[in-house]
Amino acid sequence: MTEFILTMDGIGKSFPGVRALADVRLAVRSGEIHAICGENGAGKSTLMKVLSGVYPHGSYDGEIAFDGQACEFGGIRDSEHRGIVIIHQELALCPQLSIAENIFLGNEQASRGLIDWNRTNHRAAELLDRVGLREPPVTPVGDLGVGKQQLVEIAKALSKEVRLLILDEPTAALGQDDSAHLLDLLRGLRADGVTSVIVSHKLNEVLAVADSITILRDGRTIETLDAHTDDVTEDRIIAGMVGRDLEHRFPPHEPKIGAEALRIEDWTVHSPTRRDHMVVDRANLVLRRGEIVGLAGLMGAGRTELAMSVFGRSYGRDISGRLVKDGRPIELRSVGEAIAHGIAYVTEDRKRYGLNLIEDVKRNISAAGLRKLARRGWVNENEEHRVAGRFRRDMNIKVPTVNAAVGTLSGGNQQKVVLSKWIFTDPDVLILDEPTRGIDVGAKYEIYSIINRLADEGKAVLVISSELPELLGLCDRVYALSAGRITGEVSRAEATQERLMQHMTRNQEQSP
Amino acid sequence: MSSTASPEIERVSGQPARAPRRFSFNVRQSGIYVAFALIIVLFSALTGGTLLQPENISNIIVQNSYVLILAIGMILVIIAGHIDLSAGSVVAVTGAVSAVLMVNLNVPWLPALLITLVVGALIGAWQGYWIAYFGIPAFIVTLAGMLVFRALTLTVLGNQGIGPFPDPIRTLSNGFTDGYLGNVGLGPLGGADLVSLLVGVLVVGGIAFSQWRARRGRMNYLQEVDPLPVFLLKTGGAGVVVLAVVVQLARFKNIPWVLVLLAALVLFYSLLTTRAVFGRRIYAIGGNLQAATLSGVKVKSVVFWIFVNMGVLSALAGVIFAGRLNQAGPTAGTSFELDAIAAAFIGGAAVQGGVGKVVGAITGGLIMAVINNGMSLIGAPSEQVMLVKGLVLLAAVAYDIWTKRRGGVAATR
Repeated sequence: MTEFILTMDGIGKSFPGVRALADVRLAVRSGEIHAICGENGAGKSTLMKVLSGVYPHGSYDGEIAFDGQACEFGGIRDSEHRGIVIIHQELALCPQLSIAENIFLGNEQASRGLIDWNRTNHRAAELLDRVGLREPPVTPVGDLGVGKQQLVEIAKALSKEVRLLILDEPTAALGQDDSAHLLDLLRGLRADGVTSVIVSHKLNEVLAVADSITILRDGRTIETLDAHTDDVTEDRIIAGMVGRDLEHRFPPHEPKIGAEALRIEDWTVHSPTRRDHMVVDRANLVLRRGEIVGLAGLMGAGRTELAMSVFGRSYGRDISGRLVKDGRPIELRSVGEAIAHGIAYVTEDRKRYGLNLIEDVKRNISAAGLRKLARRGWVNENEEHRVAGRFRRDMNIKVPTVNAAVGTLSGGNQQKVVLSKWIFTDPDVLILDEPTRGIDVGAKYEIYSIINRLADEGKAVLVISSELPELLGLCDRVYALSAGRITGEVSRAEATQERLMQHMTRNQEQSP
Repeated sequence: MSSTASPEIERVSGQPARAPRRFSFNVRQSGIYVAFALIIVLFSALTGGTLLQPENISNIIVQNSYVLILAIGMILVIIAGHIDLSAGSVVAVTGAVSAVLMVNLNVPWLPALLITLVVGALIGAWQGYWIAYFGIPAFIVTLAGMLVFRALTLTVLGNQGIGPFPDPIRTLSNGFTDGYLGNVGLGPLGGADLVSLLVGVLVVGGIAFSQWRARRGRMNYLQEVDPLPVFLLKTGGAGVVVLAVVVQLARFKNIPWVLVLLAALVLFYSLLTTRAVFGRRIYAIGGNLQAATLSGVKVKSVVFWIFVNMGVLSALAGVIFAGRLNQAGPTAGTSFELDAIAAAFIGGAAVQGGVGKVVGAITGGLIMAVINNGMSLIGAPSEQVMLVKGLVLLAAVAYDIWTKRRGGVAATR
């Protein structure tokens, strides 16, 4: 009966205002590599967090059985105790500590309270050998590349007698060679009897390594495919991931497309931490007045980095390329210059980058355009209050007074405050990064209406979104970005999720 | 500060008007002033009324003026999320510079004062450069400054002080306005200086007028304002307090010059922090650095100028302290920075930055001044004074964090 090492049944999980998982089923056979596929926001990471105990028993619905026994994990330690180890996308290593110290962090090789360094380093060397990492165990982890750090994480998992290894986007940040090595390692572990679950966007890798594939969409299990018997192709998986139903969640909009507002040419951006790493690679985009343009891309494709580097070089170094605004070349060396040239960027992370949460609504709205309210450096507070009141009405910000602290507002209302802040600067070009992230359906519709209105006012709008239906429903034209390159441009008429997904998952080698 | 007057305005978005939160809101804001009043009442009782005697009020102001000046600069630094540990040493070194200029080199007092302020600005620019443009934490830069500028003081002064200072400097730090119009009788209160009284009446009139104008302005913009009785009570209360202090001062030796200076500084920096674009930038930086950066705030430049400003105010405090002692000494200003920092935090500044008021910092400084003064009046030994001041600082910040947690603001950060 225990052919399945893991079964999850009827898993449901809700966050305030959002239903992340609904009746998810997952059954993993002992000794297989099981892939989980789905779009951004389909619920993959949430499901893995439920499984590993990050969300403790009681905070979700449904049942989990591991090795035939019901599980009620109260935390990560409980799941690790049973041999379930999760390796997150953002690696959880201390860069200053050595490989050996990282492997045995929280599980120190000690006798009578003192760490036995010989045993630590010896055992670490054994584990490194097993994962095929030829580095001295005393090397600081920070000196290793991401690929090798990934191997250290796996060695750490092996040190805990892992039985079920969960990898969340393990190859997202890896190059070809590192990815290939990692996949080989997973096959090797399978031969040793370790079961693996990998969450991945890279469908070619999934097909290469997985025995079974479970597809999630909108927090539900769509299907589980057997990679050996079913006739599984990338197209088959994509069809499952994106679904066919597009509900009418978008306000109708007839675009009035005008002249070119901003042209981005040969835009290249390097990572601020790894100088040789190109985050954006010779990207070319054109934004026109009255047009809503989408930018699609998977996690790590460089969408936010592209936007922020254009917005007054807020991200990256060694930025090259040209910006042409209304037919004239411009240089944007600072955010101030970007604002002065009529460019606005609404961040994807409003709490960290968009709002001063301890300050009130009106001062957040006026933050970027304060000069407009000031004469000779002195702010007209009455005018500020009036402007804030106007935005509260126009944007339907639900707050009793504009003197309320922004931190007390719901996500949708906070987003409206951030939008107000940027609309107040009177931009010609608005870059909206994940404008509907973390807000409920009703508020989403309102935000879409606002975006349509902005376009009708003659502004050029660039919408970055992880949700393909959103891009299809909202945008007149969509660019696809993969590994820092524009890999496709699709008009509204020809745009389908499958088509976008193909562009978005295209690897560098395949693109021209 | 909160809504009552025109609730219909608040229902525009079709939302039911919520019960006004003015009390819970105001407790946090005004807790400090209530505490100040309680402390004054307590020490008045303990000292048998000596605390509020004319001479003693005058003493409290004159003796603490330099810490209050530092507290004004410090609150800006703290709102921006930084700290300045070097203020005491800068007080010492600028005091020494002014002494060398005025006493040893016989430079006239006004140019000497201005040169000293420029030296303070340069010191601030030095520290501001390392903090804002080089990116070293202010804690480290100013800790280094604390040592460096103390060392420079000792280099300049050796082991002895330089003095005496010219009369105008001594008058500025220790002297009183002249009784140009002579005294008038105040019945049972005895004689009082007419000019001081007139100034007091003018100030109260000014406060009332500006408050009234602000209120009218807000009403013209259809904003909610305090109901008239509350407004009158607040403005009247403030007027009575100011007038009472002035009357007591007029009964002693008139208004101290340093109080005039302090009042001007408080007025200017209050306006700067609440009404000026520059002031708003400081709150924006302290509240959320990244959001401020992405809103086009020139963070580095703002931080740089905050430290330049701190240097200038430290130099001003340095001259006043030296003038008051009538000599610049090598140990001048020791631990002043801690008093100024404590004043800012007792006055409601937040450790994470983004919160604080100039008036709050002044009140915080006065709370410590009254504790100092009251306890020494009742003959408490200095270790007890220190103990109480330490506990007051801890309690003030604990109270602040507690109200924040209750308000749920901390949870959303």
